[in-house]
Amino acid sequence: MPALDAFHLARAQFGFTVAFHIIFPAFSIGLASYLMVLEGLWLRTGKQVYLDLFRYWIKIFSIGFAMGVVSGLVMSYQFGTNWSRYADKAGPVIGPVMAYEVLTAFFLEAGFLGVMLFGMERVGRKLHFFATCMVAGGTFLSAFWILSVNSWMQTPAGFGVGPDGRMFPTDYWQVIFNPSVFVRVPHMVLASYLVVAFIVSGVAAWHLLRGPSTPAVRTMFSMAMWMAAIVAPIQIGMGDLHGLNTLEHQPMKIAAMEGDWDPSGPDGAPLILFGLPNMEKERTDYKIEIPHASSVILTHTWNGRVPGLKEVPPGDRPYAPVVFWTFRVMVGLGFLMFGLGLFSLLARWRGTLFTSRALHRMALLMSPAPLVALLCGWMTTEIGRQPYTVYGVLRTADSISPIALPGIATSFAIFAVVYFIVFGAGVMIILRLMAKPPRAGETGVRTDLPTRTAGIHPGLPGAVPSGTGEVSTQPAE
Amino acid sequence: MSTETIAVVWAGLIAFAVLAYVVLDGFDLGVGILFSAERGAEDRDTMVNSIAPMWDGNETWLVLGGGGLFAVFPLAYAVIMPALYPTILGMLFGLIFRGVAFEFRFRAETATGRRLWDFAFFGGSTVAALCQGLTLGGLLQGIHVVDRQYAGGWFDWLTPFTVLCGVAVVVGYAWLGACWLVWRTDASLQSRARKQAAVLAWATLGLIVAVSLWTPFLNPLFMHRWFGWPGILLTSPVPVLVAVIALVFRMGIAREHHLTPFLCALGIFVLCFAGLGISLFPLMIPPDITIWQAAAPRASQLFVLVGASVLIPLIVIYSGFSYWVFRGKVQAGAHYH
Repeated sequence: MPALDAFHLARAQFGFTVAFHIIFPAFSIGLASYLMVLEGLWLRTGKQVYLDLFRYWIKIFSIGFAMGVVSGLVMSYQFGTNWSRYADKAGPVIGPVMAYEVLTAFFLEAGFLGVMLFGMERVGRKLHFFATCMVAGGTFLSAFWILSVNSWMQTPAGFGVGPDGRMFPTDYWQVIFNPSVFVRVPHMVLASYLVVAFIVSGVAAWHLLRGPSTPAVRTMFSMAMWMAAIVAPIQIGMGDLHGLNTLEHQPMKIAAMEGDWDPSGPDGAPLILFGLPNMEKERTDYKIEIPHASSVILTHTWNGRVPGLKEVPPGDRPYAPVVFWTFRVMVGLGFLMFGLGLFSLLARWRGTLFTSRALHRMALLMSPAPLVALLCGWMTTEIGRQPYTVYGVLRTADSISPIALPGIATSFAIFAVVYFIVFGAGVMIILRLMAKPPRAGETGVRTDLPTRTAGIHPGLPGAVPSGTGEVSTQPAE
Repeated sequence: MSTETIAVVWAGLIAFAVLAYVVLDGFDLGVGILFSAERGAEDRDTMVNSIAPMWDGNETWLVLGGGGLFAVFPLAYAVIMPALYPTILGMLFGLIFRGVAFEFRFRAETATGRRLWDFAFFGGSTVAALCQGLTLGGLLQGIHVVDRQYAGGWFDWLTPFTVLCGVAVVVGYAWLGACWLVWRTDASLQSRARKQAAVLAWATLGLIVAVSLWTPFLNPLFMHRWFGWPGILLTSPVPVLVAVIALVFRMGIAREHHLTPFLCALGIFVLCFAGLGISLFPLMIPPDITIWQAAAPRASQLFVLVGASVLIPLIVIYSGFSYWVFRGKVQAGAHYH
């Protein structure tokens, strides 16, 4: 590895801030959809348990969302602060797509979030449900646009390069719907559903293990386990499609993920289960292989051709030791999630869904698994894209800002401290909320203000008249 | 539309987004700055509740300003961000702390924790406002560019002029915030805010005069624009209008109007912004880069313009709806049944 310089520090800083950021939108996308389903079920059935769950999770949503907003704000400026040459060269093509994300998604979320969090009593049930749907729709649209941008960087299309090295758009349809967007968007959206399903099931399992199981806890556990059982296998299929797509468009990323140095011959490629890719010696040490398996997985044929890293010069290869392992962690966790889904189906069939302590322990243990898998998958695809920012077109080394090492080092140090304080506190607060079970007649956002729960309003001017300050569990129509 | 016209339309739209950001987040950052002067826990809650449903939407205009610059003026984005790196990052750190403090301060379990997040709310708001002023000053005084990239030093942005701009923005936002509280709260909190608004108004106007007198000396173009012929036809009404609005404001405060002071403060901010536009046009980055040089290719600009012409009015409508839902006076706790 090269010595620490401004270039690697800028990459590390970007990786750090985006890794922190990605957690919260992934959580928000899934949770907004879950809230929409809960509120829809409440409106349809009138059952209190759905409203209780809605109000329980919306408190957690409001905190996760705020952290997503502030960490995302940083991202929208980092393209300029750390990657100004990239911004100048690729901005004309990719900037407009991000502008559409702001115009169609961010404003939609932000515009209706206030109504969703605080407005139930002011606008009535139907309009409130509409606001919830708009927030959920906004998170989804946001995911679409930003993944379209990311996909374009992986599989660029619909553009030309001018004599000065700046890119210009030729066809926005091709830019937005570039070759990998159709696998990347569903893969990420499903991942965020799994993130939320496993966090919900983990919280439910915690309460099932600890105390008397209430209808709310049972309902959320059951819903989350259905999601795990249904979505995990779909996600595995989606991941397979994604792999085929990457093989077609970014063969070197596949070679790094597989730890293959030489392209496979007529006998097909074995799957390296485990090993240590060695960039200097150009080989993968200590490998354990399954014959033909790589060909079967990647080409769906017995002897299909699989690429090797030696096909390109050393300077064009992604750093395989990281990509190889992040990919394996993601896949391994994916199959474990599928396993939990199957276990839950078995328990459901036997009627022990709410009593099987083994199931609950496993659900609790696995609740962070999709988040870890998501981060590993993201690292696989981003590090696997190296040494390019725009694959095959613009190198990362030619993308960086003219900022000197001390500047980047200082800002990185501040980012690290600030993020650990702020997001550490946020996660603590979320965990504390999760540690309490949902109650019958759950209150919504911020109704447990100190001035409210005490129920005592000193007769100061401007204080709420006491007696009317108590929370009603039914919203006003 | 010609390519040149599209670029000017876009410069106008970016300016609109930044103006929308300045007046909207201006008052809610101002409420945060005024936290330093408010000791009562309940009144602090009221202050936060008055802006809690809107702040996220207000801040989105900043994302549009930054994202829009990236989309349609990538060169400006690629030059401004590295040149003003410390002030941009300072602003972001400030916004992070105050943004999460909205949620965290209500969830703090100990009095110490709550005090800490209250301080984060105040400190974050103040730092963000200060850094925005420094950024504005840094842009106005000019950025050294060679070969499409920033070529200046690490502390070029730090001059007496930029510090003056930073202080002006902090004081101006506090004034907006005080006027907002006059409009949206009542009883003792309102009367305190009214006194603060009266004082802050004069401080803000004084700082505006100072910045305005200094700016023409930064760049001969600015001087010519403001005092040369025919520019003076366009520029002379600006100070006159500022004076008129200041008088209306004084009357509004004296007669204890609720909304008038806030509208006057908005008016002053819009006029200042117009003044900046008059100085800068057609420059995007003083002293050399014009709107047309910074512009993305026509196809990029047109592609976003088509969507923006439909979406921005729509955004204004539903953001307005959200403000309307949360209309009226705000009280601690009473807001969120």
